[in-house]
Amino acid sequence: MHAAIVRNDAVPTNVVSDAIVEVRGISKTYSGVEALRDVDLDFPRGKLTSLLGPSGCGKTTLLKIIAGLIGADRGTVAVNGKKVSAPGPERAFVFQDFALLPWATVLRNVAFGLELRGTAKEEREAIARRYVVDVGLAGFEDKYPHELSGGMRQRVGLARALCVDADVLLLDEPFSAVDEQNRRKFQEDLIRLRTNQNKTFIFVTHSIEEAVYISDRIVLLSPRPGRVSRIIEPEIDRSGDPDRIHRDKHYLDTVQEIWQGLKQYVE
Amino acid sequence: MTLFGYRVPMMASLLVWCILWEIVGRMDLMFILPPFSDVLVAAVDLVQLPSWQSATVTTLRAFFIGMVLSVVVGIPLGMLMGRVKIADDLLGMWVNIFSSAPLSAIVPVLMILFGFGENTIIAAVFLFAIWIIVLDTRAGVRHISPSLIEMARSYGASRPALYSKIIVWAALPEILAGIRLGLIRGVKGVVIGQLLVAIVGYGALFETFSRNFRMPQFWALTIILFAFALVVSALIEWAEAKVEFYAGVR
Repeated sequence: MHAAIVRNDAVPTNVVSDAIVEVRGISKTYSGVEALRDVDLDFPRGKLTSLLGPSGCGKTTLLKIIAGLIGADRGTVAVNGKKVSAPGPERAFVFQDFALLPWATVLRNVAFGLELRGTAKEEREAIARRYVVDVGLAGFEDKYPHELSGGMRQRVGLARALCVDADVLLLDEPFSAVDEQNRRKFQEDLIRLRTNQNKTFIFVTHSIEEAVYISDRIVLLSPRPGRVSRIIEPEIDRSGDPDRIHRDKHYLDTVQEIWQGLKQYVE
Repeated sequence: MTLFGYRVPMMASLLVWCILWEIVGRMDLMFILPPFSDVLVAAVDLVQLPSWQSATVTTLRAFFIGMVLSVVVGIPLGMLMGRVKIADDLLGMWVNIFSSAPLSAIVPVLMILFGFGENTIIAAVFLFAIWIIVLDTRAGVRHISPSLIEMARSYGASRPALYSKIIVWAALPEILAGIRLGLIRGVKGVVIGQLLVAIVGYGALFETFSRNFRMPQFWALTIILFAFALVVSALIEWAEAKVEFYAGVR
């Protein structure tokens, strides 16, 4: 089969035409440490954008500012053209440590976002059941989080975020607490899920391979202060066998290219 | 436990001590220690006495009201201290002092405030029980993973929902432990309160029995009280076991 790579020669920029999330001039300082300085960044609708960078580059801070979980010192975040400063129903968050209710079943955890919105029990459980199946947890509806593996727990976290039908999914290093084999499987499933769900994903990761594997667009952040250093759009065809991507020449080249760029920040 | 290859049933150690008590009692060494069988007989007689029954009602009522008050006040107070730093700074010192202070010394002051009646006993129960409930609730709330709170906020939880759907449940194992310890202290409170007031409930009975050297009755009453304390704490332990499945994995 023909190598499914199309090299995009146009240099991607901070600002795009069809942006769902617009970040303008965001700065944030934590107890004297400048986490972010004047970040301007657009997130294109319907794409998966990764925020990639070494620890301390402020990628999680930026994600949480977009989520409205922490406030910025300066700058604005707009979602669908409207400025936001608090969490809202058009954004859903997936947590690094899963943040599941240990006293609730998988089904109730998945439906929890809807529960907080006051959706009736039958309705929200019907919706939740669908997403439980979508993320590959069929049959585990009545299990409790401690009965699941890390990978399965994060699937619950993802289903919960999908359940509220937000436009933007914010994922904070969702696979960092998941073991390697489960992570690979989960990444494959995420690619598949993305094609079914017409949603915008913003994905924080410190893994170059992961970012290149799943992203339409990778934003490289440089540390102290966190700024956008580069934007890369790896045009990899993900329609076929997911294993092929790992052997894809463009995939390997992009990983190498990003590593060369990031090396300078690693002590 | 097994002994010489035989399974020893639960509570067997209690039986050993009861037999030992019986033997020592029968040796007639001191009047303060009658044989255990005499105590049992006295207990059977005691529970049939109207004076015991009315004393039990009085004691239980004071204990119950005092406990409900300390739970109703203690849990919100502990949550406030766990969540709001200023409240913690302001109240932390006092809660710690009261939880370790010899509170029996304060009961006479309560008598001045609340009179020689049930109110003093209720106040004593409250004063004995509440502090450990506050401290444990506070610890439980402090223990909650910040991402659970962020999760609730990110999905748009209102403040009441944040407390009723997340914080109470996440802190429940500690809250229950606090209530269990509080109940045991509350039993202490009710007895000490009644002994000092001396004309109410079990306090009056203890007073009567010890003054008249009615040791079997005295011990019977003591055993009934111990059994009560054990039963209520076992009830809470049972509730604790219900939430144990998530206590370790929060």
